[in-house]
Formats: sequence, C-alpha cells, structure tokens
Amino acid sequence: MQLTDYEKQMRDGDHGAAKARAMDLLIRYGEALGAERLVETNNVAGTWAVANPILKDFAKSMDAVFSEFNLDSDEIVETPAVETYAVQLIQGIDPASPEMRANTGDAAESQQAGEKYFGKRGVAMMSTCTPYQVGNVPVFGEHCAWMESSAVVYCNGVLGARTNTEGRESTGAASITRRIPYWGYHLPENRLGTHLVDVEVEIDDIMDWGMLGYWLGYEVEEDIPVIAGRHRKPNQIKLKHFGAAAASSGGVEMFHVPGTTPEARTMEEALGPRKPVATLRYGDRERRDTFELLNSNASDTQLDFVMLGCPHNSLEQMVRIVRALEDRTISANSALWVFTPRALKLVSDANGYTEIIEKAGGRVYVDTCPAISRQMPKGTKVVAVDSAKQAHYLPAITGAQCWFGTVEECVDGAVTGQWKGRLS
Amino acid sequence: MSDVLSNAKIVIRGRKVIGGVTEGEALVTKDLISGWGGINPRDGSIIEMRHELRGQSFAGKVLVFPGAKGSSGWSHYFHLARLCGVAPKAMLFTRMNTKMALGAVVTRAPAVTDFDRDPFEVIETGDWVKVDGDNGIVEITKKAAG
Repeated sequence: MQLTDYEKQMRDGDHGAAKARAMDLLIRYGEALGAERLVETNNVAGTWAVANPILKDFAKSMDAVFSEFNLDSDEIVETPAVETYAVQLIQGIDPASPEMRANTGDAAESQQAGEKYFGKRGVAMMSTCTPYQVGNVPVFGEHCAWMESSAVVYCNGVLGARTNTEGRESTGAASITRRIPYWGYHLPENRLGTHLVDVEVEIDDIMDWGMLGYWLGYEVEEDIPVIAGRHRKPNQIKLKHFGAAAASSGGVEMFHVPGTTPEARTMEEALGPRKPVATLRYGDRERRDTFELLNSNASDTQLDFVMLGCPHNSLEQMVRIVRALEDRTISANSALWVFTPRALKLVSDANGYTEIIEKAGGRVYVDTCPAISRQMPKGTKVVAVDSAKQAHYLPAITGAQCWFGTVEECVDGAVTGQWKGRLS
Repeated sequence: MSDVLSNAKIVIRGRKVIGGVTEGEALVTKDLISGWGGINPRDGSIIEMRHELRGQSFAGKVLVFPGAKGSSGWSHYFHLARLCGVAPKAMLFTRMNTKMALGAVVTRAPAVTDFDRDPFEVIETGDWVKVDGDNGIVEITKKAAG
C-alpha cells in the first residue's frame, strides 16, 4: 500500500506508540482489502466505552481496552486524544435503569468510567446508533469512518457522505491517525446503483419501509438497490428503518431513491452508465411473505414486552407513541420500553412525553437497546417490536418469540397484553 | 470410486488476505455469516435464526463461506472469539467487504480469497484442508467416501 511520508512516520513510531499500533492495524486491514492507499477522514463514529463483562476478562485497564479492542494491539499503549470528530455509538446499558442494573453487575459503572476516560480524550458521548439524529450530519461527499450498519447505510444513501462499514478496531485507529483505507464506498465509481427495484404496492408507513428493506437485503445482499415505483416520498425515519432492515438481512451499505437521495436526482444519475444487473419486483406477495417471515418465530399472543426505538426513536416517533397511548395504561402482564438517544430524551422530558409514557407504566430508556444489552423485563418470553432490524436480531440473541407490526399495534399490545397485529 | 481418486489432493489458488500456514477440517456454508448477533464468541457457534449452520461451532475448523454480513460488530465478535480460543483455524471466502477484511485481520488466522476455482465446488464439510495463507495455496484432501 502506498503511504505518505507522514503516514510512514506514524507507522515507524515517530508520533508515539499508539499511532504506530494504529497504522500497523490500518496497513494490515488495507492490504487485506487490496486498497492502494489511505484517505483522510475527520469524522469517526465508533465505540470506546465498555459494559460487556467479557471484555474485562481480557483487558484490565482503559488503556488495555483501547489497545486490545480499538487498535488490535498486543502491546498496551497509552490512549491519546482523538484527532477527529469522534462520536460514541450505542452502548451496553442505560445506567439510569434499575431494571437493567439489577442483573448486569458493575456494567453501568464500567460504562460510565469509560465515558469519562474516553470523553476526556475527545470522544463525544452521544451514545446512540443514530448519530445523524443528534448532530453528526456529515456534508455531501465527506469521507467518514463509521461503524453501526444502520448508520453507515444512512450516511451513504441519505446523506451522500462516504463510509464503508468500519469496525471497532478500524474506527479506533482512524480516530487517532485521521486515516482509513481508500476502498469501497470512498470511490465514486462504486456508489452507483446495481439493482432496480420496482415497488408495485403503495408503501408509506415505517413498517412498510422496514419490510421493503428486510426483503431487499435478502435479494441484493450487499449490492446497491435503486428504489422506484409506487412508494410515497420517504422521510428520515422511514429511510432509517428501511436501511437498518436492509443492512440486517443483507449487507446493504448504499441505496438510491431517485428524486429523494442526494446522489440520485434522477434514475440516470442513480444507475450511471451501467445497466442494472436485475430488476426486482416488490408486490403484494413479496410484502405478505416478508411480513410472515418477520413473524415466523412467534405463536403465543400473550405479550410480555413491547420494545420501540430500533434504531433509536426520533422525536417524531416519540409523539406517535404518546398519541397511540391515548391516556391508557400498560397491562400489568406486559411492559413498554421506548428507546431514544440521550440528547433527545432531554427534549422528550421537556415536552412531557417521558412523563406521559411513564405514567402509563412504560419506560423511556437511552444509550442501549434489548439486542445490545440483552436486557428485557424479567421472564419475557414473547416480545413485539416495530423494527424489522430488532425482529431479526432479538429472537436469535434472547430466544424470545418476536412479533412485528405497526407502532399502534405495538402500543395496543402493551396496553391489552395481547398481540393482535395483522397485515393491512 | 477408487481409493486413489478419493484420496487425491485438489489444489486451488487465491490471494493472500492473512498470512500463515495451518490445516484442519473444513466447515462449509453457502450462507453469509453475521458476527454480532450471528455468533456466540464464547464457543464459536452460529446463532442466527434460519442459518444452515445454526448450532454448529467453527472453533478450530477451516471455515469456508461466502463472506460477512450484518452488524459492524463483525470484527469485534471474531476478535472476541480469538481471545476465547474458539476462532476458526483458517478462513476461505469468496466475497470481500470491509467487515470481512477487518474481521480476518483481527482473527489473525490464515485467510485466502479471489480463488481460481469456486471453493464451494471442491470443498465439503469434513474434507481436510491445508491453507498456506502467504502464498494463497489451498490443498484439499476429500474425506473418505462412505
């Protein structure tokens, strides 16, 4: 791989041990990819703090955690200040939740100690899977190094910034070297659409955008779909759910919606000079099959737990939950947990949304989600969610039965303790 | 089939991803693999619903698979699997992406891609596979028939 003089100096240790280890990782990674060079970045979304107890079996100090898990370094180096804008993604626990703290040992203390340690070194502790909802909105064409598949596909597809799906080690290295391999979605020619998707059913709700994404992920795996046909114009939360689902069932990191997303003012611009390799049709049958697939592991209609906010809810979604509650209370046999970024919970508190949800018997949590924290109300066997992504992961991780439906069906399920969702 | 044929070695060549030389029993899947949410890093088993290897462990196996999908926690979970001593012995895959490359780097097991023959045509679960990551050479001894 070609390196600049400055990159060679970092590799050779002229700028400290941490940067030398970071460059060693980036060079091994770039060579594994077959990248020709690195590219400069000033925008990193990664993970630094630690709540997972398994990590502490292997790393006894914050510097040891950073060295092992953020640099893949056998040698323990001192953690330097970050040199990019760097934001912490979703974490392992909501430290304010007594339910979560009760069965996670000292995870909360560990996470909060990590926040202070790495926060002092310049990492912005936004603590959400949706950095783009809380101020990290890269400009068009900006080279980024982001983790979190749902954020990556949003960064590329919706914002027109450029990132591959990075990992904990590569974002750690990028944050102190300002470098990431110039490969994949950093190159403009790799960003053009490959598959044309003809949406034959009218879709509008986030549930439908999630199902379209979930179906598409299996169809195109990691290619680049161009969405056309009878869909209504999507907004932020619909594209958030669409991308998160497509990145879970497949590996979609980029997509175009001509007339809506910035690299596809037209169909011609989305596809470039190439013909699409295939045209896929999403009709009634595909929609119904996807709905059944997402609900395929659930059979008991008695509902123990409803989770909303994967990816983390926007304020628009918080309002929708409050309205769906209609002053009713959550069933004594069920629970409602709502997840939003900590920055938006402040607004949710000020708006009175948190109080309304809590008075109904629900909870508003930040920083994590059930799939990441593995925390659900005690004895949960049957869950309902409005997120195809969470429906994909939660049963695999927890073994619970999982229903998938609209926000209103989920809220209604928590209120009645019964799942009555069906495809409209 | 004669013993001579069934014991014949097949050699395929590809591009080095991670160097090193090792050998072991093949575990083959045509399904992409998820890291976070797809594997248990404490025992190396596949946990993804509907995955054809669900419940099986890749610990100590030469894992032959198309590549990585899903969460960006891919590398972190294979990194943990290595620290728990349950990483694959080697990884042979056909589709490169950043999750796969970084995951292979931190797993630190020999890894090869870009083959001159489709590895799924010549490698089956249970075959004995020697991997020379440095030179991108993979030598397959078919498991005894019957």
